[in-house]
Amino acid sequence: MQLTVEQTLSWLEKTNAKIQANKEYLTSLDQAIGDGDHGINMARGFQEVMKKVEAASYESVSDVLKDVAMTLMSKVGGASGPLYGTAFLKMSMAVKGTDPVDNPTFTKGVEEALNGILMRGKAEEGNKTMIDVWAPVLRFFQESETVDPSALEEIAKTSMEATKDKKAIKGRAAYLGDRSIGHLDPGSVSSFYLFQSLSETLKEVE
Amino acid sequence: MSYVGLVLISHSPKVVEGIKDIISQVITEVPVETAGGTDDNEIGTSVEKILAAIERADHGKGVLLFYDLGSAMMNAEIAIEMSGSNQIKVADDIPLLEGSYVGAVESNMGKDINQVLEAVKTAFTKER
Repeated sequence: MQLTVEQTLSWLEKTNAKIQANKEYLTSLDQAIGDGDHGINMARGFQEVMKKVEAASYESVSDVLKDVAMTLMSKVGGASGPLYGTAFLKMSMAVKGTDPVDNPTFTKGVEEALNGILMRGKAEEGNKTMIDVWAPVLRFFQESETVDPSALEEIAKTSMEATKDKKAIKGRAAYLGDRSIGHLDPGSVSSFYLFQSLSETLKEVE
Repeated sequence: MSYVGLVLISHSPKVVEGIKDIISQVITEVPVETAGGTDDNEIGTSVEKILAAIERADHGKGVLLFYDLGSAMMNAEIAIEMSGSNQIKVADDIPLLEGSYVGAVESNMGKDINQVLEAVKTAFTKER
């Protein structure tokens, strides 16, 4: 795989479109086991991201990702802001100096992003959080010499679906204990949209 | 003399305004600043608001941050990292209202930031 500035912008555009289209769905998932603001927060955050990146011109993928990070951190309001913000910031730092971003560099970017989410949220894999999508996706990148976009989407999807049967240990859902079982984790679903959009972007290049 | 400043971080502007009222009934010299809600005063927290509050609360002796839920803690940590100062600290796992009240009292005694933080932590370890 290779990721240019243009493709990165396309990736963001697709992610934003999915989040806006599924705003109510994300909110309903979060109403079941959280505080019900995930759809609203993500929609607001990514709308601001699009405003920011569409008004700017970029020389490097790193600079795009950095603007995404800063916008999400300041505009989202809920926990997804600092978590996604930290992820994009760490990814931005990891891919700095490589344009277009190649497969090993992007893998490093996902690894650093996941480390950032782990550090910031103090959660681990299996806690029914966005990590349950990010961790298997990272392993997928680490195991792939060349990235098959369909396989990427599949791993993100099955990982997201697997959060349904888990019990929440972190975040607002943790207060519900066993009652969180049977519901998808909203952060896993928005993370799925992110990687599904990346998959679609990579397919366009093929 | 200057005192260690306090920043109260909550998902709601009303929560931190109320806590500030309670503190200022007793403590008036200690700088207490609030960072409640998002930039639009909706429910949530904002790194920018927290950074601005830190700047107002810092009178040279550092600032201690108190928070309520989830994103408030994460945004407090981000604000500390962005400030790049080792005189800005977060009161981890401390109840917002009771903790900041104790913090204000301790700061008012002229203690430094580490002593204030230590006193706050001790106050809430004993109760458990």
